[in-house]
Amino acid sequence: MSNNNVETFYDDYVIRKFTVMAVVWGVVGMLVGVIIAAQLAFPALNFDLPWISFGRLRPLHTNAVIFAFGGCALFATSYYVVQRTSQVKLAFPLLARYTFWGYQAVILAAAISLPLGYTQGKEYAELEWPIDLLLLVVWVMYALVFFGTIANRKIKHIYVANWFYGAFIIVVALLHIVNSAAIPSEWFRSYSAYSGVQDAMIQWWYGHNAVGFFLTAAFLGMMYYFVPKQAQRPVYSYRLSIVHFWGLIFTYMWAGSHHLHYTALPDWTQSVGMVLSLILLAPSWGGMINGMMTMSGAWHKLRDDPILRFMIVSLSFYGMSTFEGPMMAIKTVNALSHYTDWTVGHVHSGALGWVGFISMGSLYFLTPRLWGLKQMYSTKAIELHFWLATIGVVLYITAMWISGVTAGLMWRAVNEDGTLTYTFVESVKAMHPFYVIRMIGGLMYVSGMIIMLWNVIKTVQMGQATPARIPAVAAHA
Amino acid sequence: MDITDLRSIATVAALVTFVGIWVWAWSGRHKKDFDEAARLPLEGDEE
Repeated sequence: MSNNNVETFYDDYVIRKFTVMAVVWGVVGMLVGVIIAAQLAFPALNFDLPWISFGRLRPLHTNAVIFAFGGCALFATSYYVVQRTSQVKLAFPLLARYTFWGYQAVILAAAISLPLGYTQGKEYAELEWPIDLLLLVVWVMYALVFFGTIANRKIKHIYVANWFYGAFIIVVALLHIVNSAAIPSEWFRSYSAYSGVQDAMIQWWYGHNAVGFFLTAAFLGMMYYFVPKQAQRPVYSYRLSIVHFWGLIFTYMWAGSHHLHYTALPDWTQSVGMVLSLILLAPSWGGMINGMMTMSGAWHKLRDDPILRFMIVSLSFYGMSTFEGPMMAIKTVNALSHYTDWTVGHVHSGALGWVGFISMGSLYFLTPRLWGLKQMYSTKAIELHFWLATIGVVLYITAMWISGVTAGLMWRAVNEDGTLTYTFVESVKAMHPFYVIRMIGGLMYVSGMIIMLWNVIKTVQMGQATPARIPAVAAHA
Repeated sequence: MDITDLRSIATVAALVTFVGIWVWAWSGRHKKDFDEAARLPLEGDEE
C-alpha cells in the first residue's frame, strides 16, 4: 500500500517530448533524403557549395533518419513500454529528462558538424569524438533509466518487448564504444584506433549490428507491444517470441563480414558472414510470422484501422527485407549486387517499409493516449499518409532494384576479346530515369510524414497532457 | 590448448545454449506462465 500519490501515475513527461521530436526529425531527415535523391538525378542541385554537396548531406540524411527519427521513436516507445509492462513509473525521472536534452544536443551537433565536413569517415558512425563522448554519456543515462525501471518492476516476468529494447541498449553501447575508438588529434579531428582490413571489419561488425540491434531488435520491441495493443490480442506465440529473440542474439553478431565480400578480408571470414546471414532468415521469419499471426481472427480490423495497416505492412517489409538480405549475402549474388543501387533499395525496403511503418503506427497509437484522447485528430489523414507512404516505398525500391540489377549486369558484361562491353558512364545513363522515379517515391514518402506532423500538432492542441494511472491491482505474471 | 580450441568450445557452447533455450521454451511446462506473460501489454493501463 502506498500513500505516495506520485507513485500511482506513470511518468510520461519525457515521452511526449520524444514523440513530437521523432515526427519533427522524421520530416527533416526524409526531406534531406529527397534533396540528395534530387542531387543524384540532377547534379546541378549541388550548386557547387561544399556544405550542401551530396557527400556531406548523405551522412546528415542517414544520421537524421536512423538516429534522430528512429532514435527518438525508440526512446519514446521504450520508456512507454517498460513502464506499462512493469506497471511501475520510470526510474530516475531526472535522468530521463537529461536523456532527452542530451540526445537532442547530439542531433544538433550532428546537424551542424556534418555539413561543415567534420567526419570520422565511418558509415553510420561519422560523428567526431566529442559528440561520440556526449552520446556515450546520454546512453549510459538511458541504460540506467531503462534497467532501473525493470529492476523496480511490479510484475515478476520481464515482457519480451523489454528483452528486445534491453538488448538494443546494451549492444548499441558496445558497438559505439568499440567502433568509435579513435585517437583525437584536435577538437573535431581524430584517427581510428584500428587500421587496414581490421578497421574495415570492425566498421562492418558495427554497421551490420547497427542494423541488427538498432534498426531490428529495438523496433521488434515496438512490434511486440504495439501490434498486440492495436489488435487487442496477445501475441500469437509467446514461446516463438523467446526463440525469435535468442535466435537473433546468437546469430546477428557474426553476419557483418558479408559487407566485405571480395575484399582484402580473408575468404573464410567472408564465408562465415554469408552462412550466418543465411541462418538469420529463420529467426527473422519466425518473428515476422509471429507478428502477422497475432492478427488471426482480427483481419477484418484492417479494413477500417489505418494504424493497424501501418503495422501489418511493416511486418511484410520486415519479412521481405530479411529474405532479400540473406540472399544478397550469398557471395555469387553479392558479386552482382554489391556497389549497385540494389543495396540502396534493400536498405530502404527495411528502413522505409519496416522501421518507418512500425514507428509511424506506434506513434499514431501513442500520441492520442499521451494527450488524453481516444484517437488522432484526423483518421482520414492517417489513411492518406498510409497510401502516400506505401506507394512511395514501392516506387523507391522497385526503381532501385531495376537500376541496381541493370548497372550490375552492365559492369560485368564482357566482349569476346575480354574488353568491357559498356563504359561506366553508359551505366550511369541507364540508371538516370530510375533516379528520377526514386526521387518521386521519396517525395511521396516525406509528404506523408508532413501530413503526420500536421496531424500530431492538431492532436496535441486538441488534447491535454494527462497523467496515466498505474492499475491498482497489479496483474500476476 | 590454443586460442582456436577456445573459439571452437565457445562456438559449440553457444549452439548448445541456444538449442537448450529452444527446448526449454517448447517444453510445454511453461504454457500457463507464457499465456499470462503474453497478456501483459493488454493489462498495463486503464482504458
